[in-house]
Amino acid sequence: MKLKGTVFKYGDNVDTDVIIPARYLNTPNHQELASHCLEDLDATFTKRVKPGDIIAADSNFGCGSSREHAPIAIKASGVSAVVAKSFARIFYRNAINIGLPIVECDAQIDEGDQIEIDFDNGKLHNITKNQSSDFAPFPDFLQNIIAAGGLLNSISGGKA
Amino acid sequence: MGMTMTQKILAAHCGKQSVKAGEIIMADVDLALGNDITAPVAINEFNKTDCKKVFDKNKITFVLDHFTPNKDIKSAEQCKQTRDFAQQMGIVNFFDVGEMGIEHALLPEKGLVVAGDLVIGADSHTCTYGALGAFSSGVGSTDLAAAMATGKIWLKVPPAIRFNLTGQLPSHVYGKDLILQIIGMIGVDGALYKSMEFTGEGVKTISISDRLCIANMAIETGAKNGIFPVDQKTLDFIKEHSSRQPVVYQADDDAEYEQVIDIDLSQVKQTVAFPHLQENTRTFDDMPEIRIDQVVIGSCTNGRLEDLQVAAEIMHGKKVAKGIRVIIIPATQKIYLEAIELGLIRTFIEAGCVVSTPTCGPCLGGHMGILAKGERCIATTNRNFVGRMGHTESEVYLASPAVAAASALAGKIVPAV
Ligand code: SF4
Repeated sequence: MKLKGTVFKYGDNVDTDVIIPARYLNTPNHQELASHCLEDLDATFTKRVKPGDIIAADSNFGCGSSREHAPIAIKASGVSAVVAKSFARIFYRNAINIGLPIVECDAQIDEGDQIEIDFDNGKLHNITKNQSSDFAPFPDFLQNIIAAGGLLNSISGGKA
Repeated sequence: MGMTMTQKILAAHCGKQSVKAGEIIMADVDLALGNDITAPVAINEFNKTDCKKVFDKNKITFVLDHFTPNKDIKSAEQCKQTRDFAQQMGIVNFFDVGEMGIEHALLPEKGLVVAGDLVIGADSHTCTYGALGAFSSGVGSTDLAAAMATGKIWLKVPPAIRFNLTGQLPSHVYGKDLILQIIGMIGVDGALYKSMEFTGEGVKTISISDRLCIANMAIETGAKNGIFPVDQKTLDFIKEHSSRQPVVYQADDDAEYEQVIDIDLSQVKQTVAFPHLQENTRTFDDMPEIRIDQVVIGSCTNGRLEDLQVAAEIMHGKKVAKGIRVIIIPATQKIYLEAIELGLIRTFIEAGCVVSTPTCGPCLGGHMGILAKGERCIATTNRNFVGRMGHTESEVYLASPAVAAASALAGKIVPAV
């Protein structure tokens, strides 16, 4: 799988409370969650984001609560992938489980950069900066979940 | 190579003699937890499969604690969906208003977790039960849905950091101060993907209530779990609350740890985490004057009877500072009742506090104490992220019940003396 998109760049420790504040957790509706995505960190995000855009961040992205509403809000906003230096572990598994592509990679990426991600070969190319970085592809087990389109599809043989 | 305590529990739950850090396993779940926020998402996912029944109606628990008693129509709908599903599936341990308490205080109290269990919960503070010698870890709603369907969870076996505790905590210093100090030391991603294993002579001096508080905040360092060895205190607690038999696992002598951190408990000081990250810790050696508007004593971290006792002792016969709103939230109905019987609630009300029915409420900025722009709160909760308790320009300071109670009387952040 390959993806190309324009970057929204954030810093360290972007927590799930700013990705989707608890005051909006009274609904599981994906579009409604997306309409408040990142509101407490970047009030302009939902107005600016376009399908296929990519979020890039520094360390410990998605720390805090286990709310799956966070990767759901990001995915439902049209974001195609999240790249970070590291992810908090529950966010990491939630993203994989719901089929939001994520990449753990220590690349120099800035707001507005165009980047291309080659998941199968573990390559991230920053088109704007003309720089390439490698990242470790997922282990087979997780690749199978992603290929199946999420955890429930992978356990129910595609019936979910 | 030997295994850590966590690795031993994981190996036993995937039918292997041994497991190694980094290995991905499919493990059997003894208990799967959901709440009124995370269960609806899991139920929607579960309903997309062709499973007609959950794998075991005794091994799934739902606790409606976050937005309850329902704060608005939408949260009422979420609770209704969870309630209807629980009824349809015959979920035995379903806790609704009247019976419910904050999930991580409630489950140990109800005896639903014993040593040796593997517990997953769609709530990040599920790591709390490591205090009882169980492996427990927070996961997401899709994980919960999969566990409800199959009784299994995929897990990556974590490496570990060992915290070797010696000595005893000084007076007015509690488990909360210790865990805040640790987070300040290693940072909010200091144990990312790892287990925090607490060991050493000092463990036996720490109460079960404090161990629950410490394990509760393991996630605030990014850890997968926090775990304590099982001793007489643990066994006594389990015997008092559960009819199930604990299984005791011990780390091997040659278990591999990525790091060993020695902590002399007698050197731990009263600690406060400043906004907006739990690693921004300070002791009173180095504390500017911080005026406060609100105090919250409660949550899964510090809403147990021992916590209320500490706070009541400090407030007894005194009045909270003028203009300060003090909200006390016993974590469960049982704690609430015991606090009434012990006269703690009288102490709080006479001091000028408000006492709420058990709920997560303000801890996650849900209801029952939301902050306005520019307001400051000292809370015994576990998170102080931007906007966690209300307006994005409000501030949350995290501390023990002792510091919170002393601060309520002073109107500013002060140590307990
Ligand atoms: S009290 Fe706070 S941290 Fe604990 S379960 Fe409730 S919302 Fe989460």
